[in-house]
Amino acid sequence: MSKYDLIIVGVGGQGAILASDIIGKAAVAEGLPVRAAETHGMAQRGGAVENHVRLGCTHGSLIPVRQADCLMSMEPVEALRFAKYLSTKGIAVINTERIVPPIVATGKVKYPDVDVIIDTIGGLCSEVKAENYTELAKKAGAIQALNVVMIGAISRYLPLKPETLREIIAASVPPKTVNVNLKAFDLGREA
Amino acid sequence: MSKHYLLGNEAIARGLLECGVDVATGYPGTPSSEILTALAQYAKENKFHIEWSVNEKVALEVAIGAAWTGARSVCTMKHVGLNVAADPFMTLSHTGVVGGLVLISADDPFCHSSQNEQDSRMYAKFAKIPCFDPQSPGEAKDMLAYAYEFSEKFQTPVMLRPTTRVSHAKSDVDVYELQSRDRAYEFKKDIERFVVLPKHTRVLLKKLNEKQKAMSKELASSPWNKLSLKEGAKLGIISSGVASVYVEEVLDGIGIPVSYLKIGAYPVDDSLIRELVTSVEKVLVIEELMPLVEEQVRMYAPFEKVSGKLNGAVPHEGEFDVTLVSGIIKKALGLPVQKPADVNVDIEIPQRPPALCPGCPHRSTFYIMKSVFKDESIFASDIGCYTLGTQLGAVDTCLCMGASITIASGLSHSGIKNKVACTIGDSTFLHTGIQGLINAVYNKANITVVILDNRTTAMTGHQPHPGTGATILGDPVTEVSLEALVKSCGVELLQVVDPFDPETTKAAFKKAYQTDGVNVIIARQPCIITAKKMGIKRKPMEVIEDLCEGCRRCVKFGCPAIEFENGKAKITDACAGCGVCTKICQFGAIKIRSD
Ligand code: SF4
Ligand code: SF4
Repeated sequence: MSKYDLIIVGVGGQGAILASDIIGKAAVAEGLPVRAAETHGMAQRGGAVENHVRLGCTHGSLIPVRQADCLMSMEPVEALRFAKYLSTKGIAVINTERIVPPIVATGKVKYPDVDVIIDTIGGLCSEVKAENYTELAKKAGAIQALNVVMIGAISRYLPLKPETLREIIAASVPPKTVNVNLKAFDLGREA
Repeated sequence: MSKHYLLGNEAIARGLLECGVDVATGYPGTPSSEILTALAQYAKENKFHIEWSVNEKVALEVAIGAAWTGARSVCTMKHVGLNVAADPFMTLSHTGVVGGLVLISADDPFCHSSQNEQDSRMYAKFAKIPCFDPQSPGEAKDMLAYAYEFSEKFQTPVMLRPTTRVSHAKSDVDVYELQSRDRAYEFKKDIERFVVLPKHTRVLLKKLNEKQKAMSKELASSPWNKLSLKEGAKLGIISSGVASVYVEEVLDGIGIPVSYLKIGAYPVDDSLIRELVTSVEKVLVIEELMPLVEEQVRMYAPFEKVSGKLNGAVPHEGEFDVTLVSGIIKKALGLPVQKPADVNVDIEIPQRPPALCPGCPHRSTFYIMKSVFKDESIFASDIGCYTLGTQLGAVDTCLCMGASITIASGLSHSGIKNKVACTIGDSTFLHTGIQGLINAVYNKANITVVILDNRTTAMTGHQPHPGTGATILGDPVTEVSLEALVKSCGVELLQVVDPFDPETTKAAFKKAYQTDGVNVIIARQPCIITAKKMGIKRKPMEVIEDLCEGCRRCVKFGCPAIEFENGKAKITDACAGCGVCTKICQFGAIKIRSD
């Protein structure tokens, strides 16, 4: 079985792969077997992306529906799209900053109200944490650090030590951005 | 030994390195592309040859040449690429190899990024070569060492067939020291083996058939095919590849004895199947894609005894997961299948399909092409990022690599009255597009061919090709001139344009529209992602709110950086600064951002 199932979702280009990479490497550093699945190819061109990370797992990389302990969503609508993975006992950590799909911009469909999204997901799992993590990333010094801010935000729930995560973050991001990213991690963790 | 966190394709690359591969070739294709990219970083230090070839047939032939000298070679591609390489592949099994040759054909159940869902195991069976079907990144890596030895022992090429959930899965993987590589390379002439005249082939085929039994016997005792019979089990499950990992997760949590045969290597020896089939009352076969194992099982058992795809117990299409497999197994055991409580969300979730990137040069080319050729023209296209041009109504057909020019030719010869224009990427043009162009000119088609030259193979992750002036290792080489190539095919009207300059591009399309016969437009502008990596900086745009009339013309252009709020357009931080939208807005409301 798996000790902790995490699903990271967002929009292609937001850095979901790096986020799942950091968590996976931290698991290896702590000697925890880990399996993960990534979205590649076409979907990365601005499409919806879903990454599965299973900590303490020796089976397949796909999380069964209704079994994720944590849903980390880098965009509100994407939280809704992948909510089916959340366990009723799980937690959802959601960035409230929207990325409006072109289909909404052309006026064909409406973007759902973010508060309604959060309430809906609240009814599916045990806890929702919703913040504008994009603002925190800007505060840390770079909008690109959103993924690390959110790792900070979920780090309280993961079966991993924050020191390990910090080490792996420092080793995984471009050298010039290490300080910004470590600050991003702390801001996310405190939020 | 140490543990590393690796992508399936990276694990495969590491395995190839540990096996001391001498020659590595391939053509990019999701989900296989990262194998060669990951392997390339070791090439200079470990002195082996690695290349992106122009297509899969070429790639395989280069790998075959190397293997005939005793070198270890590998050739990577995606499943549909094997169709392109099918010609050499089918004969290769007859000649066999000297050094080990592993052909990696990555399958894509559910077509995450493919035009069809085909099963490479069928090709391996068709060609009568062994196939290794890993269930995880770690197993894929471990299989390689075995596969090379097997290949050399039986002098046969072998196939490794990862699927998307192996290639693009990540896991902790054991990494070992590299084996030393001191081979004597030599091509020993042997006309009866390497020249496939009918007289020689008839003998080779007989030998090929004779070694099948020995190969399946050896694989039966390999670690990849494992039979575990359980005391008192009424049900036996057979599963293969990545499906077996889902079966194992389900069996882990079920308190009923079930016998289990896990298959990771083909051909499967009859003895394994017989033993399972005769020890249980019912057999359930769970495999993704085609019922290859199931058909074999059904040769030894009454139809009613076996469940699988052929009696509808297991779906024919798509990829599997634990939820699906759990339902199938529980049903076979007569257990209640509790579907996880449905998540009923009462909100319409807007679709977010992949789209051409902000600042993608193709968007501009498509937009201008459509504005000149109008809706009534027919637009054939090809495989690449630009297939996403469907969203702009500029892609009406897409069949397989290199088929845009040929399909367009067929349309133009059919007798229809519409104008026909087709689009093809630079890499695809070199892959198999060029033959279509030669044919179109030769047979007097009436088409406009647009080569979308973004100087890279963008869709699969920006691999270089002969037109980019660099090898996989980044070494500079002479660029193929698309202009000279096109000219040498006999094309009379060739126009080269910059899609970020809408006026001249539009003029070129107008001229093309009025020209009969085959004419070519090369729309050249580097992919926005490579441009950024090359350090090209462009200033982002903004909408001057007071000037915006809310006409949505810019929104219809489809750039993901242009949103619409409170009756006005808005440009987000995603803007790449291509500047094309400034020319689209008739009210001059879009300008370079002032700050
Ligand atoms: S300049 Fe206009 S079209 Fe180009 S990326 Fe920016 S918003 Fe999109
Ligand atoms: S095209 Fe110009 S006027 Fe029309 S919505 Fe866009 S910015 Fe506003």
